[in-house]
Amino acid sequence: MSGTDGIGTINVSVWRGGPEGGAYQQFDVPRHESQTVLDTVAWIQQEADPTLSYRFACRVGMCGSCAMMVNGVPRWTCRTHVDKVLHDDRMEIAPLRNLPVIKDLAANMDPFFDKWVKAGGVFEGTDTRQDGFAPVVHESADRAEADAGIECINCAVCYASCDTVAGDPNFLGPAALNRAWTLVNDAKDASRDRVLDAVSASGGCHSCHSMGNCQQYCPNGLSPLSAIAGLKRATVRRAFRGR
Amino acid sequence: MEFRLYLLQRISALIMVPLVLGHIAVMIYAVQDGLSTDEILSRTRGSVFWAVFYGTFVVAVAIHAAIGLRTITREWLGVTGVTLDGFAAATCFGLLAMGMNAVAAVTLAP
Repeated sequence: MSGTDGIGTINVSVWRGGPEGGAYQQFDVPRHESQTVLDTVAWIQQEADPTLSYRFACRVGMCGSCAMMVNGVPRWTCRTHVDKVLHDDRMEIAPLRNLPVIKDLAANMDPFFDKWVKAGGVFEGTDTRQDGFAPVVHESADRAEADAGIECINCAVCYASCDTVAGDPNFLGPAALNRAWTLVNDAKDASRDRVLDAVSASGGCHSCHSMGNCQQYCPNGLSPLSAIAGLKRATVRRAFRGR
Repeated sequence: MEFRLYLLQRISALIMVPLVLGHIAVMIYAVQDGLSTDEILSRTRGSVFWAVFYGTFVVAVAIHAAIGLRTITREWLGVTGVTLDGFAAATCFGLLAMGMNAVAAVTLAP
């Protein structure tokens, strides 16, 4: 299929298939000013092949739904301009790496979010609803560490980029460990030891080889690498204190 | 267990750092006037210091390398469970046996 009402044409290879396997299918998509990768996928689904499956929601980089592999690199497609990724007017789009495929460009996010829970990522308050507001000291070092990681939008770009996840499917991954580190540094969370136990188990923070793909590709500029280093330091300090 | 192995590997690395530097320093010093078997053995044979120095080195290397190879084997070859731990233990004891044999050969008095 092709379209010609733009300022040119982009040849887009889109991965089609399911859990059993699949292959790339070619589409010619009209090119426009300020066009995003997600725009091209939407055009294909709306104008060329309505059976194409993909996932998106907000289109403004808030929800973390639309991440895909673009030319082999994980990206948030709604905020990635086509101009940035085209090679000779060509582009290849595939479902996120390191996750099972549901259909076409839609990856199954279950393993990703299951690991958030496994890493102790559920908030556990120190107070009841009868207590007053817990004071949060914004100038404290702990709060600065927590603040550095809380803008994660759960897009799984870091998880798809991580070679340790690729080599060890048991590894919790950068996003879940980043979440764990924000909780460890949250004055309102009561589960510090529980979180440190969770990230010390098999597949936890100590499996990370500090390659830094997560930090390089995080669309929000976060550093799960630093969060994981923080978890390693905290667990080792705790061990030397006899815990 | 993974956390303990992680700790052991870091501690063994810390032990190796001064030993590696000491080993390199002695190598540079020893080759100044040429290098011969007699010259080396005259320094190491009967020396408790060099027996402890290289004995410690061998223990640290055996632990450090076995844990590292265990990780690589798990991630690259998908080996897990008893097979993986057996491989790591065999690597550790193999390196220990070969290393201690070498240390004994150059430090025990003839």
